[in-house]
Amino acid sequence: MADYTIAKTLDYKGLACPMPVVKISQQIGTVSVGDVIEVHTTDPGSLADFPAWAKTMGHTIVETKQEPGVIKIFVKRMK
Amino acid sequence: MSVNVERELAELKAKVESTPGTGNKLTMVVFSGSLDRQLAAMIIATGAAAMGMQVVLFFTFWGTSALRDPNRKVNGKNMMSKMFGFMLPKGTKALKLSQMNMAGMGTAMMKGLMKKKNVASLEQLFEVASELAVKVYVCEMSMDLMGFKKEEMIQYPNLEVCGVATMLAHAKESSLQFFI
Repeated sequence: MADYTIAKTLDYKGLACPMPVVKISQQIGTVSVGDVIEVHTTDPGSLADFPAWAKTMGHTIVETKQEPGVIKIFVKRMK
Repeated sequence: MSVNVERELAELKAKVESTPGTGNKLTMVVFSGSLDRQLAAMIIATGAAAMGMQVVLFFTFWGTSALRDPNRKVNGKNMMSKMFGFMLPKGTKALKLSQMNMAGMGTAMMKGLMKKKNVASLEQLFEVASELAVKVYVCEMSMDLMGFKKEEMIQYPNLEVCGVATMLAHAKESSLQFFI
């Protein structure tokens, strides 16, 4: 088990590009710096897009889990 | 010595600040009035805004049709303007695909497929864009040519009419420029 606690879980299942990235960009400011948001998505593009978004915005993807029917991405707010 | 260094530093600073294409900004010319191209433009625009970029869209020529509000009418148009108004699509919902339109059947099928796959519609993307403070400009000359009035355009927040210089001023400050 990784060393972090989830501040918020967001359900983005069914959403297609660009909405998962648009929505996380609107939500990241609602948690404190250092907090982790757990995102559930079914968009395979998110696997590449969340790290790209995080790199640009200066946040970190702490973990990515691919489970049957859902991709779980853990985003840590860094600033 | 130190005076020289200070002066050189100031010159260098001025140079860096006036260097084109370094701003965290995207300027996009939306020329096409095709549904597919407009979708691409709005996906890139909302995506860039989500990536923390300032986004400026400049709608020109056929692209201006997308900004027409089908529920708003303007009186006092001449015959040519009336004809253009009648022939050109009235708003996002009337746009057609650039390929495989098949007398509207292809466009309807694509819209159905997008709904099924939960892909955001052009109308939804415009709404998201306004939430993300994407700036929209309309080309004054295109509107004049086609006889469109600002009063018949959608009520997008801070929609502004401008000319090429405004777009170029933004493009010069942008690190990304697109033409769709």
